[in-house]
Amino acid sequence: MGKDHVVDQFRPVTPGVPSSEGTPGGPALGELLRLSSRGDQGAFAALYDATSRRAFGLALRVVRDPAQAEEVTQEAFLEVWRTASRFDPDRGSAVAWLLTIVHRKAVDRVRSAEASSRRDVAYHQQNQPVDHDATAEAAEASLEARRVRGALENLTEVQREALELAYFGGYTHTEVATMLDLPVGTAKTRIRDGLIRLRDAMGVGR
Amino acid sequence: MTSDIHALSGAYAIDALDDIERAQFERHLAECAECRAEVDGLREAAGLLAETSAAEPPAALRERLLAEVATVRPLPPVTPPPAQHTGRSRRRWVAPLVAAAAVVAALGAGGVVWHPWSDETTQAPPVSAADRVRNAPDAVSVTRRVDGGEATIVASKSLNQFVVSTEGLPALPVGKVYEMWLQDADEGMVPVSGGLMTAADSTVVLEGDLANALGAGITVEPAGGSRVPTSDPVAVFSFETA
Repeated sequence: MGKDHVVDQFRPVTPGVPSSEGTPGGPALGELLRLSSRGDQGAFAALYDATSRRAFGLALRVVRDPAQAEEVTQEAFLEVWRTASRFDPDRGSAVAWLLTIVHRKAVDRVRSAEASSRRDVAYHQQNQPVDHDATAEAAEASLEARRVRGALENLTEVQREALELAYFGGYTHTEVATMLDLPVGTAKTRIRDGLIRLRDAMGVGR
Repeated sequence: MTSDIHALSGAYAIDALDDIERAQFERHLAECAECRAEVDGLREAAGLLAETSAAEPPAALRERLLAEVATVRPLPPVTPPPAQHTGRSRRRWVAPLVAAAAVVAALGAGGVVWHPWSDETTQAPPVSAADRVRNAPDAVSVTRRVDGGEATIVASKSLNQFVVSTEGLPALPVGKVYEMWLQDADEGMVPVSGGLMTAADSTVVLEGDLANALGAGITVEPAGGSRVPTSDPVAVFSFETA
């Protein structure tokens, strides 16, 4: 019993997904979430430290403006704190759950910005310089990032483009179809096929 | 399950649906365990993409966040319902999903910044997507009785959206669904995307080419829906005479 408990404590941070962050041998992210749901601020700080580079990097990639990326990241982590009890480990990893929240907030941000000031704002954001050196350097440091890039090689060109425009660009599949000059209704299939290939190549999900 | 809506799982998993499609797909998700499992797996895959864009956040963000967290109480877990009664649970399942989608639709449209932590519990949205249609200046409302039940359509041509709310529709045999159609002036009966309904009372916001629509109709179709109506309508709504 006691031994089992120790083994459980030391399982990989996210099953099947060795992480670029986190503390090897530390409590699993799911456990940190569980503790957070009971109001354990120390556990939440550890969760933040283990995932904030992925969360902030994702927000930055989608909204492009560093100040807005900070706001989005903060909103997302506050939601993680509030709704930690809703995380269901049977449905997926803690990091995927957390990044889903970050992504949704980032996409909501770019779409509402677009709705309120139409294309000029979006265009302006697209043309804001992102500090590519710092971003690329940090990402390159991760072995896991290299594995993911390798897995992305298994996608067709159009699958990869559609997936990246939707995920990092925050565009709807209909917009992606127009941008890539695809027949209406096919971008969603490319996105799904691309995700399935990525999932299978990385051995995550089911 | 129609193959069309199933194909939205990937776009849904990475937030690449518009508000209407998202509401429709979430209605489908409530009834399709296969799609729920697929969405979970695809989100797992999508999360991996974030590995390729990791970036160090400013140290001040951590300080601000932890200070703010100290003032916010985590929500309690969702407790399981005491008994599983299929008829009831479905009805209760659908409504919150539609409401959640409506919040997003309303926020997306208004460009309002939502501070989810500013209130302790989830609260009703100020304006739902359905109310937005109902309050549109050009909204047209038609109600028809359906065999002891009632279906109401409120359509707004300027928004190209219409709200269908049903109450007390007759239960259908297994393998049958209600399907919503628009009668297009040029193309005849056109199926409405996401327009499949069960007998459960519901309110949904749907989208279609209303500028060219003479009216709408509801027929009973095999599960999964049909491309053309295969039975006489149980209700017909004319937009012209309303």
